[in-house]
Amino acid sequence: MSKKLLKGNEAIGEAAIKANCRYYFGYPITPQNEIPEFFAKEFPRVGGVFIQAESEIAAINMVYGAAAAGARVMTSSSSPGISLKMEGISYIAAAELPCVIANIMRGGPGLGGIQPAQSDYFQATKGGGHGDYRMIVFSPASVQELYNLTKKAFYLADYYRIPVMILGDGFLGQMMESVEMDGQNDTCEPIPKPWAITGCRGREKQYINTLYLVPEELAELNDRLQEKYRQIKNSEQAYEEYYMEDADFVLVSFGIAARICKEAVDLARDKGIRAGLIRPITLWPFPEKAFADLTRAKNILNVEMNAGQMVEDVKLAVSCKIPVHFYGCTGGLLPSSKEIVNRIEMLGGTPK
Amino acid sequence: MERSDMVISGFGGQGVLFVGFLLAYAGMLEGNYVCWIPSYGVEMRGGTAHCFVTIANKEVSSPIVDRPSVVMVFNNPSLEKFETAVTPGGHLFINSSLVDIEPKRSDLIVHRIPASDYANELGNSKVANIILLGALIQATEVVSIDNIYLALQEILPEKKKKMLPLNYEALKFGMSNLV
Amino acid sequence: MSVILKKPLSLTDKKFHYCPGCTHGVIHRLIAEIIDEYDIREQTIGIAPVGCSVFLDWYFNFDIIQAAHGRAPAVATGVKRVLTENVVFTYQGDGDLASIGIAELIHAAARGENITIVFINNACYGMTGGQMAPTTLEKQITTTTPYGRDHKTSGSPFFVPELLTNMHGVGFLSRRAINNPKNIVRTKKSLKTAFKVQMEGLGFSLVEILSICPVNWGMDPQKSMQWLEDNIIPHYPLGDIKMPDFDV
Repeated sequence: MSKKLLKGNEAIGEAAIKANCRYYFGYPITPQNEIPEFFAKEFPRVGGVFIQAESEIAAINMVYGAAAAGARVMTSSSSPGISLKMEGISYIAAAELPCVIANIMRGGPGLGGIQPAQSDYFQATKGGGHGDYRMIVFSPASVQELYNLTKKAFYLADYYRIPVMILGDGFLGQMMESVEMDGQNDTCEPIPKPWAITGCRGREKQYINTLYLVPEELAELNDRLQEKYRQIKNSEQAYEEYYMEDADFVLVSFGIAARICKEAVDLARDKGIRAGLIRPITLWPFPEKAFADLTRAKNILNVEMNAGQMVEDVKLAVSCKIPVHFYGCTGGLLPSSKEIVNRIEMLGGTPK
Repeated sequence: MERSDMVISGFGGQGVLFVGFLLAYAGMLEGNYVCWIPSYGVEMRGGTAHCFVTIANKEVSSPIVDRPSVVMVFNNPSLEKFETAVTPGGHLFINSSLVDIEPKRSDLIVHRIPASDYANELGNSKVANIILLGALIQATEVVSIDNIYLALQEILPEKKKKMLPLNYEALKFGMSNLV
Repeated sequence: MSVILKKPLSLTDKKFHYCPGCTHGVIHRLIAEIIDEYDIREQTIGIAPVGCSVFLDWYFNFDIIQAAHGRAPAVATGVKRVLTENVVFTYQGDGDLASIGIAELIHAAARGENITIVFINNACYGMTGGQMAPTTLEKQITTTTPYGRDHKTSGSPFFVPELLTNMHGVGFLSRRAINNPKNIVRTKKSLKTAFKVQMEGLGFSLVEILSICPVNWGMDPQKSMQWLEDNIIPHYPLGDIKMPDFDV
């Protein structure tokens, strides 16, 4: 049987092994501890290297080193730990190194809580670390998708030489669902890395650097990065549409909140309301293409497990031509589908 | 069955998460969509542990379980916490060896089963959860005993395989002692 | 005509950008000579710190990765775990290594990472303009201890290799100085032992090198050397601290 009942966090590990990742560096933090524990147990069986680092800072810099040496490598953490990794992520982006970073989000700010949240959207998509850089950010909504997107993340990281973040949450990381492990479109083949630092045998010496004291040279790096980001924006936007064919009331939501919204769409449809859902799968690049042709939509309700972050990108994507409303929960609380339907009705989503 | 939402709740160490896992695994074996969600973190340290299990014949949209149709409890706090959530006409399974308070609602199908006492009769207090699981599948038919047994065979590590006959006995015992 | 002295192959032709009297150039050359002597240029990977020696790549004729401030031992860990057959060393100053990067250093040593650390101690931050470092002496004046370092408010200088002596995975620890030809020869020998320890797979190796910073100390190079001999060397005893059972 190719189906396995997996925790979200374990699915990340299974996918990494499938994608030929053999290096993991991390530091424990709830609710993602199953990820380092998975690698500690499984890597010795496949010749991989697991290190429990002394801190998230050390872990991300081990990732930097292993990526510079040409390896497929990943780390994972949860919100406060991801903040600590931000310095390293900025360096990795500047050095154009490929790696995968999983953030199994918990509520913040500060130490926050350990219950699920989506409050790191800004951090993931708008920078987080210093400088003009971007990461590809995937937002899976099921354990199967965690598996598929993690595999894809390794490939895209190598292809574009860019850090890729899997942005999950405590709920998704902890829940178990069945996962189809075979029969996926495998995009795991290795990509040659002539730029890697491996010792200069048989070639000129090479250098990986993030310091440019001459402004024109730093501008050149930034121009190159921005060109790469434009290319990714054109090619990698991903989203799911649910009942969008005739929707005049559009929900927009990502990750686990989007699944609650799906139920809300079903409930609203039962009441005769033409509701639909757009679920961004890439948060960066934000799937603007999904909003390009919303001629029927009269209202948009954005649902997030935070105080309103992606809603800004939705407003930009529709150029404020359609009213965009927001419903959010913070602190680790989950939105309820019934409450979402109430909001739809309050905002004028009426049966046809 | 379109979608069954269940809650299993008790103290850590009572096999609460394991029963939920077995249900989800058996559900998967039957070709259904399943979802298992544990309580986690500090809640687990000495407090109650619970899990939510959903088995559905179509994709599970929202995995949130706020109105379960089946609740199984192994201690007083669990009964107090989840009794109000059960849908009217839903099933409430109580390990009456450990729960000494009465449910307040009269619109539920209540199964009071002294599972820990039965487990001791079978010679191992740890199978109380499996006895209650037997009662649950007898009453709800949410999965078959064959698939629970198959799930056990697949899940139990080699060194615990010797526990299979006892678990099977406990399942059968629970099924035939449903009240 | 025979060549009796030449520039090591492991050094580039670029002129050092370091301040007059700075000792980085001497230490760079020692490392380059050793790498030539062991014939490991094509398998060596250097990790540059943040500090005056951030541009290691300008001078070393082999692969270099530049790391974030203090994180060189973590970066070296990542590289060495992937490329187990390569020779990996970090080159770090006292601010980078002993202040912001002390956690990365200690844990790389505790794990017994098979890497070499070259630790330059000149008792101040050079690149940022002469601020206090963890290794700044008591009463020493820097731009952030303008009245002299006072342990009651700014802590005491501490001994880096000595911190690591009881760690199982540490193969070699040494402290040397570059104040005179005799000590330069000893420094080279310690560096050579450190690289050998790595090449033999004997674990973590570190050489601390007591150095000068004339510009930030506000002295000419000669006075700086005198100050190193009169103040720094008496405080930080020279010698091998933990040794392997072979000689290079």
